[in-house]
Amino acid sequence: MSAQPAHVAPAAFDVAAIRAQFPALRQEIHGKPLVYLDNAATTQKPLCVIEAVNQFYRLDNANIHRGVHTLSARATEHYEAAREQIRQSLNAAAIEEIVFVRGTTEAINLVAASFGTRLKAGDEILISALEHHANIVPWHMLRERIGIVLKVIPVNDSGELDLSALPALITPRTRLLAVNHVSNALGTINPVQAICAQAHAHGVPVLIDGAQGLPHGLVDVQALGCDFYAMSGHKAFGPSGVGALYARRPWLDELPPYQGGGDMIESVRFDVVRYAPPPTKFEAGTPNIEGAIGLGTALIWHAAQDWPAIAAHEAKLLATATAGLKEISGLRIIGTAAHKVPVVSFVIEGSHPHDMGTLLDAMGIAVRTGQHCAMPVLEQLGAPAGTVRASFALYNTIDEVTALIRAVHRAHKLLS
Amino acid sequence: MANLTPQIAIDELKSEFAFFDDWTDRYQYIIDMGKALPAFPAEKQDDAHKFHGCQSQVWFDAEWQDNRLILQGTSDAAIVKGLIALLFRVYGEKTATEILATAPDFLDEMGLKTHLSANRATGLMGMIQKIQTLAAESQKTNSDK
Repeated sequence: MSAQPAHVAPAAFDVAAIRAQFPALRQEIHGKPLVYLDNAATTQKPLCVIEAVNQFYRLDNANIHRGVHTLSARATEHYEAAREQIRQSLNAAAIEEIVFVRGTTEAINLVAASFGTRLKAGDEILISALEHHANIVPWHMLRERIGIVLKVIPVNDSGELDLSALPALITPRTRLLAVNHVSNALGTINPVQAICAQAHAHGVPVLIDGAQGLPHGLVDVQALGCDFYAMSGHKAFGPSGVGALYARRPWLDELPPYQGGGDMIESVRFDVVRYAPPPTKFEAGTPNIEGAIGLGTALIWHAAQDWPAIAAHEAKLLATATAGLKEISGLRIIGTAAHKVPVVSFVIEGSHPHDMGTLLDAMGIAVRTGQHCAMPVLEQLGAPAGTVRASFALYNTIDEVTALIRAVHRAHKLLS
Repeated sequence: MANLTPQIAIDELKSEFAFFDDWTDRYQYIIDMGKALPAFPAEKQDDAHKFHGCQSQVWFDAEWQDNRLILQGTSDAAIVKGLIALLFRVYGEKTATEILATAPDFLDEMGLKTHLSANRATGLMGMIQKIQTLAAESQKTNSDK
């Protein structure tokens, strides 16, 4: 995910061959070829993922873990193979450290609920001003319930975390630091490895909201040194409604279960319940089996990509979009961090983001407008009514960047 | 406007829309309609007159004159303001009976339904519901007399 100079041409990276694997990209919207630039909200799915989900329903459908029959054994095998693929993609040390959840939001809520049982009034959770609402509201709910204190790492005008503030913010009452890997609203890549090191030096565990991290490269939770890493399948070319929480094994042993139900127990009597070992302890009820299998397939596909070449391609998309958009009069890019994934959030004086989004859609271009579930940071950076956000993925092309710039020019003219 | 029934206004809008084969041009037409909307009184641009949308806001007021509903409105977004003007062509200066007989289905038929339903993004749905409620209340009051 490191930024590279824009002039480095991607070597053997063939974007046309990648695009050919994504059927949803081959369609017209309002009679114009679809230009899909809403990847930070969700990515499109490659054919192999669609086939894997389809195959599960056609041939392998059965409930997992509890059946002796062949279909159940097969479904269980595929489900657990998906868990192993997630372990590999995140480079977790052990398969038990991967808990299936609905997505990043549930992963953070799981930690807030289970870790929250250890907290008392006055304990502090440290988050950042760049957070998505999913990494604010669960902690706010603990504040309401227990009386914890929420502290916030400030952000500068470029949309970068001000880490010089960190030493003063970590106190003897700090129980957890929770920050995102990559900002969804601005695209800032945060130095999470350094943040983990600083927090750990004070004995503070770290949760990383990784929703936007995995789509743009490989994640190594051991190198990052985090205690928890939350991710969503649908933002990384997999199905919706499935994701994973990585947690270091000692935490999974120590924390109480999140939800109660079937599968997460070893034995149940009316006077005593024995929980299953992790990760099963955290997976009550029948999970999203086909989603997990689709996610496993997506990550096999993801791991097979040429990531250095993709990093160069994505850096070129970002540089071209940034340079082209900046030429439009009255346009201001919100979020100009030195290290960014290919996300460009912008406002134009006199053009309401919602109008811009509607007109771009009329020209076949899908962007997201509004506050991107990150109201605090947009308010601070002077865009309280929200921004227009173009977020790119590896399958986007320079021609699509050009189409975006042209369309924004045209829409701006219509609106002024 | 007062002389046209809502249905005539809808038919007119549909034929004006059919003139364009491109959605960008249709939106330009909608934006221009919004620009022609009479200015909304600044003193009414407050929370009491606002329909909150998660992306854009609508300010709205209405009063009965000679049994016809006189509408005022605006938005911070140009397309939403245009859609307000479009809705006022259908519902403005109409009787309660006419308003209640005119469901906003025509927006769907014109391909504009997303502006009402999509995550309540615009606040427009609130305004339409308010117009329908005012008409229903007026009809009830008159029948109670």
